[in-house]
Amino acid sequence: MLFQDVLSKWPMILHGVWLTIALSFVAITLGLVLATAMTALRSLAGSWAGYVVDAYVELMRNTPFLVQLFMIFFGLPQLGIRLNGLEASILAMTLNLAAYATEIIRAGVDSIHRSQIEAGLALAMSKWQVLKHVVLQPAFARVWPALSSQFVLMMLASSICSFVSVQELSGTAAIIEQDTFRSFETYIVVTVIYLVLALSLKLFLNWLGHKLFPQVSGLARLTEAHGEAA
Amino acid sequence: MQTFGWPEALFIFRSAGWTLALTAIAFFIGSILGGAFAIMRLSRVRWLRRFASGYILVIQSIPVLMVLFMSYYGLSALGIELPPFLAASASLSIYVSAYLAEIWRGSIESVPRQQWEASASLAHTTAQTYRYVILPQAVRISLPPTVGFLVQLVKNTSIVQVVGFVDLMRAGMLVNNATYQAFQIFTLVGAIYFAICFPLSRLSRHLEKVMNASRSH
Repeated sequence: MLFQDVLSKWPMILHGVWLTIALSFVAITLGLVLATAMTALRSLAGSWAGYVVDAYVELMRNTPFLVQLFMIFFGLPQLGIRLNGLEASILAMTLNLAAYATEIIRAGVDSIHRSQIEAGLALAMSKWQVLKHVVLQPAFARVWPALSSQFVLMMLASSICSFVSVQELSGTAAIIEQDTFRSFETYIVVTVIYLVLALSLKLFLNWLGHKLFPQVSGLARLTEAHGEAA
Repeated sequence: MQTFGWPEALFIFRSAGWTLALTAIAFFIGSILGGAFAIMRLSRVRWLRRFASGYILVIQSIPVLMVLFMSYYGLSALGIELPPFLAASASLSIYVSAYLAEIWRGSIESVPRQQWEASASLAHTTAQTYRYVILPQAVRISLPPTVGFLVQLVKNTSIVQVVGFVDLMRAGMLVNNATYQAFQIFTLVGAIYFAICFPLSRLSRHLEKVMNASRSH
């Protein structure tokens, strides 16, 4: 096996890694914002908004990402909207992630008891304040692990964007393979990079979860304090 | 230039059969492997446990696409030529095995510990404990997430078109290359995937409700 042929292409590989990280970062950020907006819309606006959001979520969750990507890349130009591979990838990933994240955040929101919201309103908090402090923040803290694994899955699914000629990590792999004819070595190297990326992302999201939601509840705070005392 | 009409639509419909066949094969082989890994993951032998969790972690942390590329292009570079259908089934089975192993491990672990103790007190062997006490209960618990995962599998079969296997996705692409009516074609392709996945999603949710009802007693 000759890994040096593959490893000598490290500037290309590095660029691919960068693009994979950038794509995932943009899609995760935009997708999360969109999902939060859809969750808020679902609970604040009338039932029609709920139906629209539900239909969107079901549609995205029950069709392959590749079909969504091709619909945007090949289908939209027919309607006069022309996007390049990178734009189409970002749009498809964002829309896809938003649907899954909406479903996950909804589960978190459903776990907030009615009495919490009533208590917030009784303290003269506005509708928005209740939504932010009483509903969304605790809901996010509860579903953060589920969201994290969805983010990792999205990062791995970004490999599919190579089908619309985006030179992210797996697109780069295809080019290196054609240049060097070292298929096995190329895919081993790229797979190991994906593995490292996924594990790092998992660790980073864990750390971020602890930073963003330091204490989940008063009870957790209490047990932690006692733990320190002992 | 060809236009998108009934013959093309029929071709796409027929290729959906290959998507279903691939799903069935990957699910069948994947569940045998996955079951083995789930039990290894819970074994009392430390290296078996380590090996199974390492396998699950690695497969869950790499794209299915890389598994597919390795079993198709990678192996052929080493002189082992797998036909597209075999490479696709093999890589999807590997993917399925890692996810099912994790789902089923969770299900087995959620059977109360007292059940193990009760079985041991009846002088059951480990195999008998699994067969008569643990698995019948674990299977019930695992049903909703397993059906839910089946939806992921159906959707993920769409990537095997890259090795030239004509499944539903590939059929759509071939027709698109001939007619350039991508919007109509991928609407149809998406609708067929939806028609397969949506009932499964609903079934999964329904099973979850039924199971929860029986557990709350």
